[in-house]
Amino acid sequence: MSKDNQILEELTSSEYKYGFETLIENDSAPKGINEDIIRFISAKKEEPEWMLELRLKAYRHWITLEEPTWPNVHYPKINFQDIIYYSAPKPRKELQSLDEVDPELLETFKKLGISLEEQKRLSGVAVDAVIDSVSVKTTFKKTLGELGIIFCSFSEAVREHPDLIKKYLGSVVPMTDNYYATLNSAVFTDGSFCYIPKGVRCPMELSTYFRINASGTGQFERTLIVADEGSYVSYLEGCTAPQRDENQLHAAVVEIYTETNAEVKYSTVQNWYPGSKEGKGGIYNFVTKRGLCKGNNSKISWTQVETGSAITWKYPSCILKGDNSVGEFYSVAVTNNYQQADTGSKMIHLGKNTNSTIISKGISAGKSQNSYRGLVKIHKRAENARNFSQCDSLLMGDKCGAHTFPYIEIDNSSAKVEHEATTSKIGEDQIFYCNQRGIDTENAVALIVNGYAKEVLNKLPMEFAVEAQKLLALTLEGSVG
Amino acid sequence: MLKIKNLHASVAGQQILKGINLEIKAGEVHAIMGPNGSGKSTLASVLAGREEYEVTEGEVEFLGKNILDLSPEDRAREGLFLAFQYPVEIPGVSSNNFLRTALNQIRQYKGLEPMDAVHFLKRMKEKMSLVEIDQKLINRSLNEGFSGGEKKRNEIFQMAMLEPKLAILDETDSGLDIDALRIVANGVNKLKSKDNATIVVTHYQRLLDYIVPDFVHVLYKGRIVKSGDKSLAMELEDKGYDWIKVDVDGVVS
Ligand SMILES: Nc1ncnc2c1ncn2[C@@H]1O[C@H](COP(=O)(O)OP(=O)(O)O)[C@@H](O)[C@H]1O
Ligand SMILES: [Mg+2]
Repeated sequence: MSKDNQILEELTSSEYKYGFETLIENDSAPKGINEDIIRFISAKKEEPEWMLELRLKAYRHWITLEEPTWPNVHYPKINFQDIIYYSAPKPRKELQSLDEVDPELLETFKKLGISLEEQKRLSGVAVDAVIDSVSVKTTFKKTLGELGIIFCSFSEAVREHPDLIKKYLGSVVPMTDNYYATLNSAVFTDGSFCYIPKGVRCPMELSTYFRINASGTGQFERTLIVADEGSYVSYLEGCTAPQRDENQLHAAVVEIYTETNAEVKYSTVQNWYPGSKEGKGGIYNFVTKRGLCKGNNSKISWTQVETGSAITWKYPSCILKGDNSVGEFYSVAVTNNYQQADTGSKMIHLGKNTNSTIISKGISAGKSQNSYRGLVKIHKRAENARNFSQCDSLLMGDKCGAHTFPYIEIDNSSAKVEHEATTSKIGEDQIFYCNQRGIDTENAVALIVNGYAKEVLNKLPMEFAVEAQKLLALTLEGSVG
Repeated sequence: MLKIKNLHASVAGQQILKGINLEIKAGEVHAIMGPNGSGKSTLASVLAGREEYEVTEGEVEFLGKNILDLSPEDRAREGLFLAFQYPVEIPGVSSNNFLRTALNQIRQYKGLEPMDAVHFLKRMKEKMSLVEIDQKLINRSLNEGFSGGEKKRNEIFQMAMLEPKLAILDETDSGLDIDALRIVANGVNKLKSKDNATIVVTHYQRLLDYIVPDFVHVLYKGRIVKSGDKSLAMELEDKGYDWIKVDVDGVVS
């Protein structure tokens, strides 16, 4: 045997040693990605063969792709073989009381106005029997069940509702859509599935908080929401409490599908760890979110408050296929210290009389960079399409940057597309004016920023809005004066 | 209430106030007059604690405290109010929210509980009618798109809401038509008591027909060059500022 062959032999056999058969015994996969790892994930999730096939197809496509470099963000090259793609959700060590929780975290909770019970839940303290969250969840599930609403983890849906998953998964964000969506399709670990049957108005806000088994799915999350004819749902993702995660790379996919006359309102508060003040660490948040207004007169509305992550790369979009369908995007994106955000929306008008609105409010402080990137596309057949876009940037200090990249493609002359953009600086004189009335600088910044973002905050569900306001102020604490 | 001794201040490296002496007692109204650029707004800014104005010499005592060491917000909480010559716009912030935040921060400083919504709204109603300001204006974002006159009236409304000990009105009369002037002056007069004091900064005598000052001071080139009673204002109205300029510049040069 030649030396080369020997090395080859060793290599291939050692690879075999870590092959699928032995892997399955482990709680987590070793670092790296290959077909065995994907089989491992699928087996761990007890998935049917067709799901595994989809994953493998995605993986085989992914390895042919190049990592995108067009977003206006900068970071060291990611080594995809240095990532652990699956580890079993470990039960968190249960703490006996809030005294055991990091005081800094508790201080943040207090500033956000999060209730004591909620603080305990978020920091993993045993909850009193009286307010047992399990019983709340049970009541919640019962109400939804009576209406025929399905709301469960994605893995459960793959097992229990394969027909729905087969029909809708990838129907809005095709497996081959983009680098990170394709990666997600290959390795997603869990997420949420939601189906609202014909004519049903979901009577409560659906939040991942109430979903059973919601722990530890932050990294490659997969969400699918289907609203059947004439149905309505308002869905909440995330929470204002700071979220830490050992995994640096997050690549989630969210798909929304609306049939005729259906409406979905999707609200996000994103507060993943942004890294230290010096720009060390923090989450890379590369998300694909898209909604398809499939049926006539359907509507999809995205509202997001983005304050976390070291790098955000995210364009919640709407494909307005049905006639008279409506797409909306309301966004507040705050960056401070060394954070970078490249976010915006795409509105693709295919149907007649389709209407879209984009309201984007960027706030940059510290040494951060905040970019709005948006596309409004009016297709040939989209008669009488309308779009209104407003992209505002607010700068705090002179070391940060705000950028706008609006793209407009119009192939139908009946279209009416309006774009407005402003850039303003938070003024010393605005702050002094507040100071002179007895308001300290911290509260002055909170007032001014919340006033600036009001149009977007108003779109959030009530309880969420109050917390989001505090979150904005907290994110910018210490950035002026 | 307010004692200013030998106050010198500069801005952007330029000496603007060159030794101001002034004493104001509770219950008094003082008018400060003087041609454009003489330092009236600078004096107001220095008293309010604006950062870019540097005090290079002198003392300011307010209610027995040296206020030069206090932050602008603490000066306000001690009872100092400045009606701005150019009030700023704060988009998206309602007067309601703004004033409630201000009032409660002042109360907190004094160790008082926040004012509840019922009492706050009652006070809003009361003060709105006192200074004859329209609810519609109050419902809009703070000063955003207000006319010059509306902004000035809103300043007086804020003053009514916050009930300061010492109010400095910086050219609150400019940009007001005669009806608005009367309303603003009425508001100021109604808010006057034996416990508070007012400094009216103006360069027209007109306002002083409505708000009658106990003392009139003429500020010129960073100094108070003449003080007197209301008749001094009349004299200025008749003769203009030139005779003062000649007087002072004659001495200085
Ligand atoms: N922020 C500033 N920067 C530079 N110069 C200033 C500033 N504020 C005032 N000044 C100067 O100080 C002088 C007095 O101005 P001001 O106090 O506004 O006068 P008044 O209010 O009496 O008209 C003027 O020469 C003005 O240009
Ligand atoms: Mg002035």
